[in-house]
Amino acid sequence: MSNAVSALQGASYVDGIADVTEFGLRGMITLRGDLSDKKLIKAVKSIAGAMPGMRSIALEEDDGAAWMSPDELLLMVPHGDVASTIEGLSKSLAGTHFLAADVSDARAVFEVSGPKARDVMAKLAPVDFANSAFEKGMFRRSRLAQVPAAFWMNEQDAFTVVCFRSVAQYMFDLLSVAAQPGSEVDAF
Amino acid sequence: MLILNCPCCGVSGEETEYHAGGEAHLKRHSIGSTDDQFEEYLFMRENPRGVHLERWRHNNGCGKWFHAARCTQTLEVFGTYSAQTYEPPKEIKDAISAKRPGWTWRTFS
Repeated sequence: MSNAVSALQGASYVDGIADVTEFGLRGMITLRGDLSDKKLIKAVKSIAGAMPGMRSIALEEDDGAAWMSPDELLLMVPHGDVASTIEGLSKSLAGTHFLAADVSDARAVFEVSGPKARDVMAKLAPVDFANSAFEKGMFRRSRLAQVPAAFWMNEQDAFTVVCFRSVAQYMFDLLSVAAQPGSEVDAF
Repeated sequence: MLILNCPCCGVSGEETEYHAGGEAHLKRHSIGSTDDQFEEYLFMRENPRGVHLERWRHNNGCGKWFHAARCTQTLEVFGTYSAQTYEPPKEIKDAISAKRPGWTWRTFS
């Protein structure tokens, strides 16, 4: 079996106003279906601990579920558990109309952390990052410069950014440039 | 710069998060239609100065299509509404009438 590696194999940039780190492998499953279906809600709760509401994310240690669109969730599990999770979903959702696809290797995950992480994110996305407008538990799909991305807050000053693997290098360069020394905006 | 509210995911996002999808409420004439109807569907588009109804897609977001009512002259957005409808809902029509009394757009007014 081939050795799975993440897009940038844990590259990091630590010299700037915020730290940018590639997260490494993370298991991701796209789950599409009727999000109000009781079976589906139960299955999601058994994985992520809770069912995320509109534009929010439920996290439980390494697992999580994020609200992607009115009929789509992104489930996150450890990379090695993807196959068994999909198998479990297929069993528990049998008979309902749904789709569960392994997208782990189609994605790249970054963390932007540090007191100026909001500055870095706000330079790149057309999203209100004021303390009161973007909080922990929220999940937002938007764009960072020229590529689509989704992000949420892990800690008060740490963002996790998910993008397509094909643009991982672009995303890393982008975040690194936005975090270069002396580029504080101090907007927040 | 337009600021649109996506009715599918509730995001209030600016224009670059969306993609314009052309005129709204077209009837897709195909098999069984006359040549005139097909021509109308293929080529005839509104190009108003003022109230316009358009399709938009939240491509850097939830990925869903929706409708928007806006003014092409001032870029004012009167409202957005579901894609699963053949005509603008009453509240959208009312919102347009409040700002542009007497407006018409194709068969709507």
